[in-house]
Amino acid sequence: MVRILGPFIGLFFALGALWAFANGAIADAPVLAQYGHFTAPTAETVFHKEPEALRLQSDGPFGTWNKEQLQRGFAVYDNVCKACHSLSHVSFRDLEQIGYSEAEVKAIAKTYQVPHYNAATGEVATADGKPTDHFPPVVYAGQGSPPDLSLITKAREGGAAYVHSLLTGYADQAGYKNDKGQELLKMFPDIKTPDGLHFNPYFANLNIAMPPPLTDDAVTYSDGTKATVDQEAQDVAAFLTWTAEPSLVKRHQVGWAVLGFLLFATVLAYMSKRTIWAEKEH
Amino acid sequence: MSFPWANEYKPSHPLMQWLDEKLPLPRFVYNAIGAGYPVPRNLSYWYNFGVLAGVCLVLQIITGVVLAMHYAADSTVAFNSTEHIMRDVNWGWMLRYMHANGASAFFVVIYVHIFRGFLFGSYKAPREMIWLLGVVIFLLMMATAFMGYVLPWGQMSFWGAQVITGLFSAIPIVGDALHTWLLGGFAPGQAALNRFFSLHFLLPFVIVGAVILHIWALHIPGSTNPTGVEVKSESDTVPFHPYYTAKDGFGLGVFLLVYCAIVYFAPNMLGHPDNYIPANPMQTPAEIVPEWYFWPFYAILRSFTFDFFFIPAKLMGVMAMFASILVWFFLPWLDTSPVRSTKYRPLLRKFIWFGLLPCVIVLGYCGGSPAHEPFVMAAQIATAYYFLHFLVILPVVSLIERPEPLPFSITESVLGKDEHAVLGQGN
Repeated sequence: MVRILGPFIGLFFALGALWAFANGAIADAPVLAQYGHFTAPTAETVFHKEPEALRLQSDGPFGTWNKEQLQRGFAVYDNVCKACHSLSHVSFRDLEQIGYSEAEVKAIAKTYQVPHYNAATGEVATADGKPTDHFPPVVYAGQGSPPDLSLITKAREGGAAYVHSLLTGYADQAGYKNDKGQELLKMFPDIKTPDGLHFNPYFANLNIAMPPPLTDDAVTYSDGTKATVDQEAQDVAAFLTWTAEPSLVKRHQVGWAVLGFLLFATVLAYMSKRTIWAEKEH
Repeated sequence: MSFPWANEYKPSHPLMQWLDEKLPLPRFVYNAIGAGYPVPRNLSYWYNFGVLAGVCLVLQIITGVVLAMHYAADSTVAFNSTEHIMRDVNWGWMLRYMHANGASAFFVVIYVHIFRGFLFGSYKAPREMIWLLGVVIFLLMMATAFMGYVLPWGQMSFWGAQVITGLFSAIPIVGDALHTWLLGGFAPGQAALNRFFSLHFLLPFVIVGAVILHIWALHIPGSTNPTGVEVKSESDTVPFHPYYTAKDGFGLGVFLLVYCAIVYFAPNMLGHPDNYIPANPMQTPAEIVPEWYFWPFYAILRSFTFDFFFIPAKLMGVMAMFASILVWFFLPWLDTSPVRSTKYRPLLRKFIWFGLLPCVIVLGYCGGSPAHEPFVMAAQIATAYYFLHFLVILPVVSLIERPEPLPFSITESVLGKDEHAVLGQGN
């Protein structure tokens, strides 16, 4: 039975797939002939830019946290981003890991108003934050939906480099050309950025609701670093790398110990395997 | 059953003798994976992957049980509880990365293990039952992995669940009702998440049961070997312990080195960034991609873009996807060649290495790529080959192929001569 039916079933599925292939090829042929591509080019496929490389001290398997930079990055969040973006997975006491003292964390927490739900009265009352509280939710009423930033460097292709490129990548759409010299509005005259959105080639669909958030000297760094837009973007990208995975550096350190042990154990295992099989041809 | 020359368990310590009389568990282990199990002497490193699969299963159960102590299967807090594990639970990040990458490692190992079966004809008589149980285990693994990926309740979790459970609605007449019944709603939600968690906890133990049957069935004819020639005499075998415990120990070390390098240095390499965004039923991701180990099957599903006669494209895709695995059940009867190992089957060997393997790689690549050309067209050709390979090429090759001469025995293939052959014994 199997041997009789098998080939027919095989031919059935194979012909079904080839039938779809043939139909697809007929449908695609005109597009291919016109553009030399299977899909017609769109503004996104031609003008979207991949993030520029960004080097951070936490990069690579030997990376460490640059606590001064993380504190500067927190200052950017605290002065700029928090107006619209929450940081809900991070608690204030976590900030001790980037070099703030207990007293400093207490002081920072106090500047935030944290809502608490009272089950007895059914009311929500806000109170000064305590070190054990998480960063509070942000009520946002404007256009767009600002994402929570705790995990943003893990939730976007390109991670910290994407954050940095996005924050520094706003451009004037009029006359914008890509690296090949193609001009956006000449190729696609119909896709002018709508009112209330902002042109940014690093954003997936090129038009982002967030206005350019950073300006020179938007924050005053306590360590005296000059607060340029690029510096602020780098610092906040570094800070958000930490918020996304505070255990990153520890993970790498543990990893080296684990690999060292395993390498030793594997060499021993190899030698005992050699010894045991020495007398036995196989 | 075992070979008559198998070592016998002889406990010397009075306590072990006492235990052997009351409950011969040590004897059982001794005969299963100890010195009492004679194994062909010529097993290559291809044969390490069965033990590695067992290690993966244990690793997944241990990490999974601990993760379940900290996870909450509630759609409002599931995402946050996963981040709670990553941030607040002691070594929680390590457990979660071990578990998530452990699933990938399990599939890598199991795919090599299955491919080993294709190469050396492990599915052929008298080992059909081992093979059938293996396919059952693979299906259970797929279900378990799919439901596990839903639990963090990120965007890919939610939308992956939406797409995969949606497949059931392609079934004529009962499809929609079945879909709603399976999910406990019209779309993935609290009911689906909670039952997926329950089943994700249950199925690994069902897999353990199936693995025990798989190994039990293995011990009746004994392991195959790269020559495919059955064991004929004592000189063909070595005791499992210490020979293969040592070889498996080394293999395990190499495996753990690779696995830990990924867990500690690139734990998100195989994941999708979108799954760090909480599930949002109102916002579809740009591309819905399952985990890499489902890509070949996902590509087969998406290959059927046009109705085939009166059969809707979607139903065709769903049938093909399930058929692509179900066809493995029939392998022992589709392959009629008297020769087991492709080492001596020149034609089938070429079709496996230059047909099936590239075909599955193309399917995998296309399944992980966006659903547009040229990926769909490449997947369609590969899908056609996939079905032809198992259902047409394999039976035909079995009939027309002229196998190369087999060695008399394993001993002869290893030593170049076998005294049993000279004496005319062992047949």
